[in-house]
Amino acid sequence: MLTILFDGIAYGMLLFVLAVGLAVTLGLMNFINLAHGAFAMAGGYLTVFAMQKFGVPFLACLPLAFIVVALAGAVLERTLYRPMYGKPHLDQVLFSIGLAFMAVAAVDYFVGSSQQNLHLPEWLRGRTEIGDGATLLGMGHYRLFIIGVCAVLTVVLQLILSKTRFGSRLRAAVDDPRVAAGLGINVNIVFMLTFAVGSGLAGLGGALGAEILGLDPTFPLKYMIYFLIVVSVGGTSSITGPLAAALLLGIADVAGKYFIPKMGAFTVYLLMILILMWRPQGLFTRKGGR
Amino acid sequence: MQRRHLIQTAGLSAIALAAALSLPVASAQDNKFKIGLILPMTGQSASTGRQIEAAARLYMAQNGDTVAGKKVELIVKDDTGLPDVTKRLAQELIVNDKVNVIAGFGITPAALAAAPLATQSKTPQVVMAAATSSITEASPYIVRSSFTLPQVSVVMGDWAPKNGVKSVVTLVTDYGPGNDAEKFFSERFQLNGGKVLEKLRVPLRNPDFAPFLQKVRDAKPDALFVFVPSGAGAAVMKQFLERGMDKAGIKMIATGDVTDDDQLNDMGDGALGVVTSHHYSAAHPSALNKKFVEAFQKANPKMRPNFMAVGGYDGMRVIYEALKTTKGQGGGEALLAAMKGQVFESPRGQVLIDAQTRDIVQDVYLRKVEKKDGQLYNVEFDVIKGVKDPGKAK
Repeated sequence: MLTILFDGIAYGMLLFVLAVGLAVTLGLMNFINLAHGAFAMAGGYLTVFAMQKFGVPFLACLPLAFIVVALAGAVLERTLYRPMYGKPHLDQVLFSIGLAFMAVAAVDYFVGSSQQNLHLPEWLRGRTEIGDGATLLGMGHYRLFIIGVCAVLTVVLQLILSKTRFGSRLRAAVDDPRVAAGLGINVNIVFMLTFAVGSGLAGLGGALGAEILGLDPTFPLKYMIYFLIVVSVGGTSSITGPLAAALLLGIADVAGKYFIPKMGAFTVYLLMILILMWRPQGLFTRKGGR
Repeated sequence: MQRRHLIQTAGLSAIALAAALSLPVASAQDNKFKIGLILPMTGQSASTGRQIEAAARLYMAQNGDTVAGKKVELIVKDDTGLPDVTKRLAQELIVNDKVNVIAGFGITPAALAAAPLATQSKTPQVVMAAATSSITEASPYIVRSSFTLPQVSVVMGDWAPKNGVKSVVTLVTDYGPGNDAEKFFSERFQLNGGKVLEKLRVPLRNPDFAPFLQKVRDAKPDALFVFVPSGAGAAVMKQFLERGMDKAGIKMIATGDVTDDDQLNDMGDGALGVVTSHHYSAAHPSALNKKFVEAFQKANPKMRPNFMAVGGYDGMRVIYEALKTTKGQGGGEALLAAMKGQVFESPRGQVLIDAQTRDIVQDVYLRKVEKKDGQLYNVEFDVIKGVKDPGKAK
């Protein structure tokens, strides 16, 4: 029982790191970026290659994935994304899904479409068990590690958004870019940084998730639905919303598959429908703003 | 009036021109024998496509491209693993390219999508990969050179109870082959006095095996029987170990798709000792297989041939031999008749194309993952001779 809860939390946390970048671009910047999964995939492949080809230790790969993908995000924001900000949402959807398909095809062409295997260091592979019988709590070390990393990330993100000067600037820039610019905030820079961080988080999520979710060129499309569920259920205006939604979905998914395997993956969709009927704007929504 | 006349002349001359152009093409075609190979070269099952294409080209390189006075031409098309694309490509190949045989078919839905076209156009369809039992029943023109899941699953259902496995949980991917594997393994296993505690079906696009494996662990069977399409095997294996299930006394048994030769080395030492039943291993100890593996790896340095490759290789042989028997004359019917009942030695051992079912009859091996020269291999330790597809027994 407790093991299921634990697995669910770990899975949810992973979904959160993968999706939070999307929540940032979608909610804060009001830009629909369906290519988000492609950034995650980039992080995953980067990790696999850094480890296999250059023998970089796993722990060093995580920040590497974050930084490289964030840089790529910044470059793409400058060149491709910025002209799309003013466009209608449909254009943004078409544009970004096109990017996602291109990423899929590119990876397929250059790397091949077979599953990539990550070889974790020994100390992350074991498992610790506490108690027995119905209250047995079995914790895979890697899942424990994911929970730890994600918890730290959440706190840091929340602090940046609510307590720092950059956070206030970002919120101002989002609420009314013209007035913010008039107050001397460089809206372009703020947006670029935000987009870069969002992409970097996706890259980190991809690096962390490659072991559990598997990594092949269809990754961006395979998980797009999960990202979108997390973001739509959680609402896009805060960090806590997607976090709560990701945890809820992670636990529901794992528990659903455990207790009613016949329902398989459907539990998540059912839950999403129920929540969205009850709160169409998502679980947590910020009043005011736009 | 004059204008109409002009149009008529133009039309007639165009037709005449087209006819003139098509004539030499038609006569050139008499000396050509075209094989339309439809495979997933991109997308999820791309490794299947690459293996089969490599093996087919190897067969042609070894046996020459002129058979019975005809020049054999291989036309490879990528269906990306989508059945509607398969159907369109099959149609194009049959109608426009006028191929003599269609072959390939990475997944069951793709093979089924092309079946009605094979029937209508009387074109033999050689299935080199897809492994659901019912495929050969979809058209009287289908011949199979791969294997069927019931064929390999029942062997495991016989072996396991004799080797200390009294209870199992089955875990299969929820689609045609998976359902076949589940059904035929459980039936045979129960017939031998074993107990199936639970049957789990995993969605085809399953992100995380954790909840299913936890359920297996809590059910405490002697063994877990797994079928997942090749590629997903590594993930199951990894999480099986991560969950400490081997230490909890649960064995892992599977069909050979899980320890696919193409991916086995990447799975790491955790795969050691896993017992599977299948019709081909790159480590099959026959002279013919040694030659096959060597030639395959020489032509494709980064690949190791797997069961898909051998399906493609033997499929080409079936087509070549049929062409020889018919001396390059005769259409689809004659070719089909010549394909039925072929007996030959394949890199996997002795095989027969059953004349009644058009399905392959072959030896099924029990193998254990072992390390040889620093590489992981499925090493065979037992064999069941001449297994017919049990799905056709009724």
